[in-house]
Amino acid sequence: MSASPTVTAPVALRPIDDRPEVPMRDAWGKGLVALAAEYPELVVLDGDLANSTRADLFAAAVPDRFFELGIAEQNMVGMAAGLATVGYVPWISTFAAFLAKRALDQIRVVVAQPGLNVKLCGSYSGILTGKTGKTHQSVEDLAVFRAMPGVATIAPADAIELRSAMRAMMETLGPVYLRLTRDPSPTIFPDDYAFRLGAGVLLCDGEDVALISTGVQTVRALDAADLLAADGIAATVLHLPTIKPLDTAAVVAAAERTGAVVTAEDHSIIGGLGGAVAEALAETRPTPMRRVGWRDTYGESGPNDALLEKYGLTAAHVAAAAREVLGAGRPAS
Amino acid sequence: MTETVAIAQPRPSLADLRRRSAEARGLIVAAVHKAGAGHLGGPLSATDLLVALYFDALNVDPERPRWDERDRFILSKGHSSIGLYAVLALRGYFPVAELDTFDQIDSRLQGHPDMSKLPGLDMSTGSLGQGLSPGVGMALGARLKGASFRTWVMLGDGELQEGQIWEAAFVAARYELDSVTAIVDCNGLPQFGWPETGGFTRERSFDDPGAKFAAFGWHVVECDGHDHGAIRDAFAAAVAHKGQPTCIVAQTVKGKGVSFMERDFNWHAKVPTDDHLATALAEIEAIRAQPGEEG
Repeated sequence: MSASPTVTAPVALRPIDDRPEVPMRDAWGKGLVALAAEYPELVVLDGDLANSTRADLFAAAVPDRFFELGIAEQNMVGMAAGLATVGYVPWISTFAAFLAKRALDQIRVVVAQPGLNVKLCGSYSGILTGKTGKTHQSVEDLAVFRAMPGVATIAPADAIELRSAMRAMMETLGPVYLRLTRDPSPTIFPDDYAFRLGAGVLLCDGEDVALISTGVQTVRALDAADLLAADGIAATVLHLPTIKPLDTAAVVAAAERTGAVVTAEDHSIIGGLGGAVAEALAETRPTPMRRVGWRDTYGESGPNDALLEKYGLTAAHVAAAAREVLGAGRPAS
Repeated sequence: MTETVAIAQPRPSLADLRRRSAEARGLIVAAVHKAGAGHLGGPLSATDLLVALYFDALNVDPERPRWDERDRFILSKGHSSIGLYAVLALRGYFPVAELDTFDQIDSRLQGHPDMSKLPGLDMSTGSLGQGLSPGVGMALGARLKGASFRTWVMLGDGELQEGQIWEAAFVAARYELDSVTAIVDCNGLPQFGWPETGGFTRERSFDDPGAKFAAFGWHVVECDGHDHGAIRDAFAAAVAHKGQPTCIVAQTVKGKGVSFMERDFNWHAKVPTDDHLATALAEIEAIRAQPGEEG
């Protein structure tokens, strides 16, 4: 069995009773303020949503490097490109749904194609967007940016990983898409955790099935591993905070160790993490798998728990997919 | 050790600029003929404005195309790329002979301007309506840095139909960015046009852009986009105006300089035959050789 060059042993997580729930958007706003002290070239552009995305934390702390550009995402992307050419590092902030689609051609032509150093931050991603419904839920952003040459694509699991990833974004020259969420979610990583762009993060190393997850769905994948353990099924949990470039070696290693893969993401199963993992395994090590995520549909407004339940994104859904792939993919011993 | 000035050049006479325009037009027609592809009507309508920018107005140095303090230029109507390339070559950014590579594989001279390939291009363009926003961003960056460079953006009148232009216009005025100038090359001829009773009209698709920019809070100057004296005056008015961005509405003729291409939409993007080329170059040479009054 070949070991992945990037994943050796599971990283230590916080104790189960020390996982405070933190809204990623708050951590993002504070993270910008912290980076601003070190990076005088960092500027923040807002599309009239700063009190939702929490760019307002930056606006209050560093007002001379915060620019309100109004409800006009296409212009915001273009202005970011211009600012990048004269030496600034613009962080664009709006909802993922609008950034990834409303301003898509602008991102492609003046940011991605020339490789300009613009940081694209899509807040309110996925299904949990504060009862705003299908216009504001972001189903396709990972697929969009993964298909766009030259754009690194990141979806952190918690506030600690986000903070470390934001530093990595400043240290990375070129466009990066950062996927953020709105609501509080448990902090799983210890304070000294370090994100590495393009590296998978092994969280559990069970040998029966591999749960491969990204973003805040990783928290539910860990819960699913607990549910499976109660049934005597030992799960690997591989967290992929970087969707592109994908840590193919880590994916293949997890598939080789377990022979069965379930992906988990708060995104369409088409084109995002599930698509990326399926493509990687199909070409290198075909493995029975199930994809847990949005099943080629749009969402609706509703309470978080009801949305996760109806659209099949809970830990129980991930665990059920694991049992299914084990039943379907392996003869009973 | 920041260098703050370009190598000083004597200011060209208006007759010099007219001769440069004719030279550029000859290079444009020849390059499109050689490439077997490309646009002609738009590059020829923009030629005098591009020559005035690169030989007269812009503080640039072809030897240092990435010099921090240079003035910036964005060709938002990116399909007129060959016009910009011809002027950049004449100005010394790259050898004139390289124009022969236009639109060929591995060329730095892409069908639409690609800043990642050719030094001297300040922004990649090609998808219409996108060039003004980066220009506004550069002007904002200049203010933030305390830099004195200016940013010039050339728009086609057709691309004013894109909504992003007006997003950018609104924000530029809101931030009082007087170091950015938009030049609208009003050649008035769309590629296909709008339906009207009995067929299609190729009347200009966007009336009175000056009034619309003024309504968005811009300072507006009108000029004849083929009269180098008028262009020089318009550029000076833009530079002198403080507190608002300036829009120069330049009235132009699509296909300018070649009699059978002027005002004919068929020459938006049509490849000249050998005979077309010979006739066009003869006409352009006759203009170039005219003894112009000095200005």
